[in-house]
Amino acid sequence: MSSINTEAATIGLTTGVYGLSFGALAVAGGFSTLQAQALSLLMFTGASQFAAVAVVATGGGAAAAVITAWLLGVRNGLYALSLAAALRPRGWRLAVAAQVTIDESTAMAVSHADQDNPRRFHRAFWATGISVFLLWNLGTLLGAIGAAALGDPADWGLDAAAPAALLALVWPRLRDRTARLTAAVAAVAATGAMTFLPPGLPVLVGAAVALIIGLWRR
Amino acid sequence: MWPVVFLGALGCYLLKLVGYLLPERYLDRPAVNRVTALIPIALLSTLVVVLTFGGTAPPVLDARAAGVAVAAVLLLLRAPFPVVVFAAAAAAAGLRAVAG
Repeated sequence: MSSINTEAATIGLTTGVYGLSFGALAVAGGFSTLQAQALSLLMFTGASQFAAVAVVATGGGAAAAVITAWLLGVRNGLYALSLAAALRPRGWRLAVAAQVTIDESTAMAVSHADQDNPRRFHRAFWATGISVFLLWNLGTLLGAIGAAALGDPADWGLDAAAPAALLALVWPRLRDRTARLTAAVAAVAATGAMTFLPPGLPVLVGAAVALIIGLWRR
Repeated sequence: MWPVVFLGALGCYLLKLVGYLLPERYLDRPAVNRVTALIPIALLSTLVVVLTFGGTAPPVLDARAAGVAVAAVLLLLRAPFPVVVFAAAAAAAGLRAVAG
């Protein structure tokens, strides 16, 4: 169990660094420190948060930002679905478990699943979920305060850090050919959409690419 | 900004919650799983392009692209996340400082 706690703390620290960059990019993108913090406390799913900030920062509008965040949040629902039978949260634990159902807690729970000792599954899920929640929020706070003190984000290259952070998020997912094809088609479609469509629509074109390729390639 | 924060957060929370409440058979279909796996890839790729070249119409090639190119090279070399992000910022800021 102590090894699970150590792993959970390490994952928390790593995501804390992501949180730092999220806080900084949210403020650079026009969100207040309080709004950045509210996103990390209430939304608490990294890709959705980065994407919502990115859509707003590029003038995409509120509706496109919200829809993009939701679309990126769909996978958490599938994680919950796969965890539900073994985790069986009830009452207030269900409310909390849902909030900390993210990439990291799911991956840790699944990798520590042990038929002889079901407590390891629970411990891995909760320790990781709580550790990531605390350090992601602490990182967001420090990043937001730091960026607010910096002045013009472009002087510090924060406008290049934002796409670099998203590139780093998508990179590990490009393992198979379908994934690479999807990324390439989405990037080309986005370039076209940016030239001819108003801001906010390119991300929806990206979602359409995923839908078409997902249904077409089996 | 607050509507984005609250509506976005509410939807993301309900998506997590509904997974615990639905019987598994409703969503456990191959097509759903494939599309769900591809949505983050397509959306994040789109946003990388928009953030690198966008913000103005028409798209432009500026110091941001240099920063993202540095990030891509570092990702190929398996550099950790903070290094990638910091190097991209430093490359863009450095290029702007040199260019005046």
